[in-house]
Amino acid sequence: MEVKRTHAVPVSQPHKTTVTPIQNSSNNNDKNTTNFIKTALREYGMMLSLLIIMVFFQYMTDGTLLQPLNITNLILQNSYIVIMALGMLMVIVAGHIDLSVGSVVGFIGALAAVLIVNFQLNFILASIICLITGAVIGAAQGYFIAFFKIPAFIVTLAGMLIFKGLTLALLEGQSIGPFPDGFQMLSSGFLPDPIGNTDFHVFSLVIGIIAAIALLLSKIIQRIRHTKHGIHTEPFYFFIAKNGSFAGIVFYFSYLLASYKGMPNVLAVMSVLIIAYTFITNRTVLGRRVYAVGGNEKAARLSGIKTARVSFTTFVNMGMLAALAGLIFAARLNTATPKAGSGFELDVIAACFIGGASASGGVGKVMGAVIGAFIMGVMNNGMSIMGIGIDYQQVIKGLVLLAAVFIDVLNKNKAL
Amino acid sequence: MKTILEMRRIRKTFPGVVALDNVNLQVKSGEIHAIVGENGAGKSTLMKVLSGVYPHGSYSGEIEFEGKIREFRTIRDSEKTGIIIIHQELALVPLLSIAENIFLGNEPSSWGIVDWELAQSKTHELLKKVGLSESPETLITNLGVGKQQLIEIAKALCKDVKLLILDEPTASLNESDSDALLTLLLGLKEQGISSILISHKLNEISRVADTITILRDGTTVDSFDCRIDPISEDRIIENMVGREMADRYPRRNPEIGEIIFEIKDWRVFHPEHATREVIKGINFHAKKGEIIGIAGLMGSGRTELAMSIFGRSYGQHISGRAIKNGHDIDVSNISKAINHGIAYVTEDRKSLGLLLEEDIQTNVSLANLNGVSRHLIIDEGREFEVASDYRNKLKIRCSGINQKVVNLSGGNQQKVVLAKWLFSKPDILILDEPSRGIDVGAKYEIYSIISDLASQGKCIIMISSEMPELLGMCDRIYVMNEGSFAAEFSKADATQEKIMRAIVSHSEMPDQTATITTATVHYGEHYGS
Repeated sequence: MEVKRTHAVPVSQPHKTTVTPIQNSSNNNDKNTTNFIKTALREYGMMLSLLIIMVFFQYMTDGTLLQPLNITNLILQNSYIVIMALGMLMVIVAGHIDLSVGSVVGFIGALAAVLIVNFQLNFILASIICLITGAVIGAAQGYFIAFFKIPAFIVTLAGMLIFKGLTLALLEGQSIGPFPDGFQMLSSGFLPDPIGNTDFHVFSLVIGIIAAIALLLSKIIQRIRHTKHGIHTEPFYFFIAKNGSFAGIVFYFSYLLASYKGMPNVLAVMSVLIIAYTFITNRTVLGRRVYAVGGNEKAARLSGIKTARVSFTTFVNMGMLAALAGLIFAARLNTATPKAGSGFELDVIAACFIGGASASGGVGKVMGAVIGAFIMGVMNNGMSIMGIGIDYQQVIKGLVLLAAVFIDVLNKNKAL
Repeated sequence: MKTILEMRRIRKTFPGVVALDNVNLQVKSGEIHAIVGENGAGKSTLMKVLSGVYPHGSYSGEIEFEGKIREFRTIRDSEKTGIIIIHQELALVPLLSIAENIFLGNEPSSWGIVDWELAQSKTHELLKKVGLSESPETLITNLGVGKQQLIEIAKALCKDVKLLILDEPTASLNESDSDALLTLLLGLKEQGISSILISHKLNEISRVADTITILRDGTTVDSFDCRIDPISEDRIIENMVGREMADRYPRRNPEIGEIIFEIKDWRVFHPEHATREVIKGINFHAKKGEIIGIAGLMGSGRTELAMSIFGRSYGQHISGRAIKNGHDIDVSNISKAINHGIAYVTEDRKSLGLLLEEDIQTNVSLANLNGVSRHLIIDEGREFEVASDYRNKLKIRCSGINQKVVNLSGGNQQKVVLAKWLFSKPDILILDEPSRGIDVGAKYEIYSIISDLASQGKCIIMISSEMPELLGMCDRIYVMNEGSFAAEFSKADATQEKIMRAIVSHSEMPDQTATITTATVHYGEHYGS
């Protein structure tokens, strides 16, 4: 589209320029507001969809969805997908993909079982070994992808087969379990309650309140800083409404959790990771480089960024997070099975794309991927409660993935 | 003479913008009609209206072609009547052969089975017409851009073209390829094929055009017959920009200091063919506050030289010395080169210079993220200030620092790339085709920025295919050919003819390299003064 603009004019030379007749100042304000609503919709559209989906299932399941027990289950069931989505998002933003994560989950679970159950190794030590192994797996795959430019699709497809096979070999086709109690706590434990009431977990509620306040404060500080630097900020009423409702949601969910068994350990781990990865992607030099490499690898390289190293890092990170997910999943099942983790890669990748990541790289947000993971999770959970068979569940999930990306593409085309 | 095409009172709007308003265009049968105008003047939009990219009904006004009112709904409609447009970005499939490309979507076939023998023999004829001797089975990817452009024309001829539209056909061609293309256009004219030529290059227009129409801000401002009125470049430029253009280059009083940068015996081999020497022992030096130019044809190795110096971003087995302020410096990777104060502004800003989907702020800080961060954490406020500062200094026209660069005009994108490299605080700035694809007014601004930088004591190395630009801006010009420097001229004695002669005589007499090498050894003696 050709857009008119005023001419570049060397100073002191006479000129005449024609100003575009249509844009007059009177409707500028109106336009700003509609523009703003449009961008806000695009930015928070996913969050809105999640809310709508939750309300829908809350209604369809006669309120079962938001019962404290179910909410706790929902978090436990989806934690490993969310955790891997954090790593997958960075891989996808850097312009790659990782198909091996499901197999790595199974393999690490098997490794943990062999170390802890068969060799009676201390579970903390075993977990550390497993995390390191995950990082090494990521490094091995990343090495071929980043330094030899073999497409990630091929390398990780190979990895998927390799680790599926190694899982079977390690377990000799059997399931290994159970794990000691300490290890199970990783996934089925809850934060201890020092305030000591058995029916209602005040401590979890307190954490929720602190989190809500911290969220509000950080947003306010950010807004003040932006205003100081003259960075354009959103309208005040919107700012208040948005962050007020976020804080409200955090408070409400911590209340729900407190009225059951309190805050699951996994939720604590997950929250810390989400905050850390949001910070890494938004505010650190490393995060910026990941986006630059995915956005335009050649331009990034010519700007002095060591692009191969950046891609390599994202895979090491992915491997480590897949290992963590493997540990959590094994702890949750309390056994390592040859089938563990199969198909997880699809859920994780779908979560990133539903959350607005671009398949060609350079675009995507941590919060988007997390919301994407929960959209998948809530649908799984809600449809199971409603008694929809696994067959149609898959069909519906596939349609939702397609619809989410389709709407995204439509939105972007309009934005041009 | 008969009128083949008449477009009357064309008006086309996009949401919020009037792109074309009351445009009138009349093309006579068998003439070359040039359309000129600044970027954004509406040339391409007009051609899209004509060729049916914007279907009938999405604009107002009428199109009369060969005496009939036409209402094209798709490109196919317009092609059927013989109007064929060749876009700036070529639409050829690189891994298919010439014949396959020429007959793409138009294969000679019966019952869905392609008669490749017929296609080959027809291709052979078409290639002869456009002056190519390639085999029809050659893959497009093995041809240079110049030849690809001719293939596009052959493709048009195959479709029985009556009116050929070329959108900046020579923008990415060197002078000899441009020349071949223009000669071909004149040849087609002899055969009675009319063409519309959109171009920025006035010298080409004055060579081939019979009629010139000038667009400005979406309206026709002037149209005249060159066969009656002699062509006046001043008249064209005046009408294009709507002002008198006294100077196309800013005046500057160069204050040239001592030598700060030197390259000695620089040799580079092709990245894929290890035995092919691309840069053959180049020596040069540059002084503080000096603008040096590197002239030469495309493919002479200018970009390869610049990129190999800039952190070995091109080639392999690179040898030679890079010396800054009397000390050898290590430029073995890009971040080292940047840390030594070298910056390279690429000729291909869209694919090598910018993160198109990111905003201005992100692009500006990219080459110097440490400059906006503490302990590897980016200070967004500082980043914003830096970007705003460059926005003001370089007059980047945008809705805000957070505008995506993909939505900026070519000139403003170029300023963003410049801002990125200025923020890396370079002492030596290598500019590769800094004004390519930028309209006249923005060019002047880019030139002003360059001359300001030189007067701040930076050393500028400017690579350009446009000789007037080098002559207007540079204090000293090296002429490059086939991987070595063929000549060196000071501003005082450089002329277009001399530069051209240096290029031509060099390629005819390879012996001359010897004399040039002695000449280049001579620069070495300046060093340290």
